[in-house]
Amino acid sequence: MTPMIEVADLWKVFGPRPERVVGSPLADLSRAELRERTGCVIAVRGVSFDVRPGEVFVVMGLSGSGKSTLVRCLTRLIEPTSGEIGIGGEPVRAMNPSRLRELRRRRVAMVFQHFGLLPHRSVLDNVAYGLEIQGRSRAERHRRAGETLALVGLEGHENQYPDQLSGGMQQRVGLARALATDPEVLLFDEPFSALDPLIRRDMQAEVRRLHGEVGKTLVFITHDLSEALSLGDRIAVLRDGALVQVGTPEELVGAPADSYVADFVRDVPRSDVLTLRWIMREPAPGERCEDEPLSQHTVIRDAVHRVLRAERPIPVVDGVRRVGVIDADRLLPALIGHHRQVPA
Amino acid sequence: MTATVPPPALRSGRVTPTAGEVAAVGRRRRPWRRLWAVVLGVVTVAAYVVFRTEGATEDGDAAAFRFFDGVRDWVDANRDSSPVFLYGINYVRLGVRLLVDAVQAALSGLGFAGLVAAITGLGVVLAGWRTGLLALGGFLAFAVLGLWEQSVDTLVLTVSAVLLSVAIGVPLGVLAARVRWVGAALRPVLDVMQILPTFAYLAPMTLLFLIGEPAAVIATMIYAVPATIRITALGIGEVSPSAVEAATALGSTRWQLLRKVRLPMARPTIVLAVNQTIMLALSMVVITALIDAPGLGQNIVSALQRVNVGAAFDAGLAIVILAVVLDRITTNAARRVRRSLSIRGGIGVGIAVVAAAFIPLGSADLPAYSFAAPVNDAVGWIELHWYDVTEGLKNGISAGVLDPLETVLVTSPWWLFVAAVAAFGTLISGWRAAAVAAPAAAGLAGLGLWQHSMQTLATVLVAIVLTMLIGVATGVVCARHDRLATALRPVLDAAQTMPSFVYLLPAVALFGASRFTAIVAAVIFAVPPVVRLVERGLRDVPPAVVEAARSAGSTPRQLLWKVQLPMARGGLLLAANQGIVMVLAMVVVGGLVGAGALGYDVVAGFSQRELFGQGLAAGLAIVLLGIVLDRLTQGFHDSKGPRR
Repeated sequence: MTPMIEVADLWKVFGPRPERVVGSPLADLSRAELRERTGCVIAVRGVSFDVRPGEVFVVMGLSGSGKSTLVRCLTRLIEPTSGEIGIGGEPVRAMNPSRLRELRRRRVAMVFQHFGLLPHRSVLDNVAYGLEIQGRSRAERHRRAGETLALVGLEGHENQYPDQLSGGMQQRVGLARALATDPEVLLFDEPFSALDPLIRRDMQAEVRRLHGEVGKTLVFITHDLSEALSLGDRIAVLRDGALVQVGTPEELVGAPADSYVADFVRDVPRSDVLTLRWIMREPAPGERCEDEPLSQHTVIRDAVHRVLRAERPIPVVDGVRRVGVIDADRLLPALIGHHRQVPA
Repeated sequence: MTATVPPPALRSGRVTPTAGEVAAVGRRRRPWRRLWAVVLGVVTVAAYVVFRTEGATEDGDAAAFRFFDGVRDWVDANRDSSPVFLYGINYVRLGVRLLVDAVQAALSGLGFAGLVAAITGLGVVLAGWRTGLLALGGFLAFAVLGLWEQSVDTLVLTVSAVLLSVAIGVPLGVLAARVRWVGAALRPVLDVMQILPTFAYLAPMTLLFLIGEPAAVIATMIYAVPATIRITALGIGEVSPSAVEAATALGSTRWQLLRKVRLPMARPTIVLAVNQTIMLALSMVVITALIDAPGLGQNIVSALQRVNVGAAFDAGLAIVILAVVLDRITTNAARRVRRSLSIRGGIGVGIAVVAAAFIPLGSADLPAYSFAAPVNDAVGWIELHWYDVTEGLKNGISAGVLDPLETVLVTSPWWLFVAAVAAFGTLISGWRAAAVAAPAAAGLAGLGLWQHSMQTLATVLVAIVLTMLIGVATGVVCARHDRLATALRPVLDAAQTMPSFVYLLPAVALFGASRFTAIVAAVIFAVPPVVRLVERGLRDVPPAVVEAARSAGSTPRQLLWKVQLPMARGGLLLAANQGIVMVLAMVVVGGLVGAGALGYDVVAGFSQRELFGQGLAAGLAIVLLGIVLDRLTQGFHDSKGPRR
């Protein structure tokens, strides 16, 4: 399967004559030293990754790690300094302005942290904006915008204005606006960080539901680890503009690439994320086991009941092949590890 | 440090430059400044004592006058032959004339009832029922006062000038906000345009465009358009970048971004720009009566020249009513334009206006009333009973303060004045400001109007001291008593919507025609913005600081002198800068009512051909004086004030 988004060796350097920094010894200087010597700041540092069609790809990092710059480089809202970007097999950096506008209008839509709604337009006209600038007729764009509003659960609010809505509802409008043009890719730039925790959880559920229904490719920027773990098929961890690790939530928690990532995931309840694969052991020679096996992809928490009730170790299988066994002695440390921690 | 523009400054049409605020922190606290000030003061006084002159009197035949007369003669001789006039200026004049005629035809075509219905409908649709009723009452009042024709003439000139200002100012404002070099190039030009006193525009306008409506409209446009440009640019610049980014991410073109995002989001501010443009235009249109523009201004000028306060009162009242109606409609519209206006309402009002235009009701059909007689009675009573008080005040200040100051300034050698401006300018506002102010001061000497310039300067200085005393005291009281502040706010609002000419009336009523009258008018004119800026400066002092001072046991007096006033210093000094520019403008206008000096020279230049050169030179002298005063005090709000 060809990737939906391909990013290869992408750099973004802010400052005067940024191109001299890329790939030169200057890039290895510390932040302060680089700034001192050239006045430049590296926001994105040689990043490469692929996003598969239909995947939810999360980019996670602390503030200032370059994640917002990175996502803006994808559609050249910020012009990258060097590197290649492909969307749907087409090179984005080679596009002329009108081709680029076409890409933004029809294929890639974005949801923003601060919503970016137009205060002088009604909810319906905000959602229809993308269709309006494509030159669609009024009736068509209103019909389409109405459908999209229904999809995000905002029927009946069409004629209100953004300042009459709560933050969560405003972001639903932002979401509807992005969906209205039926793009292949949705980019989310910390869409829920400005919302209350409860509303945030609702909205995350909403995104999961929409992803199930419409099956778009999602690139999701966040600084919130639990959000990343709950949404992401794969997560990329960004630090000082460079990718530290790309992997599934399980890989991140089970096998952090370095101490930075390890530190990041330390407070994660491991039993919620890791599967039996990470804690099973080799069976001792001649050891007797239960008959009914467990899949190695079972999340630890889901196996607790059976493992604790079983009198003998339970075999763990990959399909039909037995890969190991699990017993209470292996399970309990993972659970206790969880309880020892401050909840994330 | 946020770069917001203080609303009072916005209301007076002078948007203060904020770039200098950044320099604020760096330039504070220089212990040697005080020492230098003392040394410079002593040196200046010593130099004056040693070198003082007899004080040259004007000979009416300075080189500058002859030069300007020569320019005038050349223009007169070439008006119909030089390509500059044939293909440039004469066409501008013709175009503006066509615009005025079109507006005139539109407004007069509606007839009395039609125009009243139109303005009422406009008020209702744009600003709601109450404003509509206000507009109705106001326009009927013009007819009752017997000033319908003049009011319509004033309205025609104002509308023409505003249309021109908006047509030029809004696109320029958008460009200034979006294209960096345009903004950078416009800023100094607008700075200078906004400190020019109104009088200074008029003479060059008559030279290029002759007298009459076109010259009046163009002068008014030049006076009003800086506010249009500034406030539009401000509105476009303030559009939320996240909305622009979101629209960009959806694939908007630059043109779509401007038309669908930036302009609609800046619309409330642009309507505010139109409001300010209207207010400034109205106040200037009245003054253009001096270059033979028709309208209410004519009534005031002729009445003032006869010192007939009663006759001027009716016209002044009509101007105030016009100002209030136009201001209410546009400010309320600015509040409501957020959403698109109802189309059905607009159509309904349109039908009503057309219907009303056929009502055979003339302005003469209403009962007539004039305030002339009662006002003149009241003025007579004041002259009779308060004579001792007003005369005492007038003579006391004239003889005790004004005359000595004037003598000192006039008998100073011009080079000492220039040197003092340069030295104190550097000390107060930095060498850049001084580098502008000192040549301007030297220019004053070169124009051959030394005596008149110094007389005007003396009057301005006395007026600004009085303005600051009254303004700061009132501002302090307002800042400490919420109820008083609330009560005073509408008065200040009203005061700032009134055209400057109107302020001459109460001054003339109390003090007749004299130099002191100009001072009083200037003080009344300049106090409201000073009060506002002072009150705002005091109220902007962070409550946490006030609370801390209070909990340390400060008395209210200590709180004021040791905490609030020092922290509000930025506001106070900005008030002084704004006040001094306004005072100069009014003192010059005071030339109409006996203040003499430069203002009188300008007026005489309009009416007497042989004095044209002197009048133009006086206009230039006013400009130079304005630049000197503004640059000298400009450093106030750049260099000091609280860290915000």
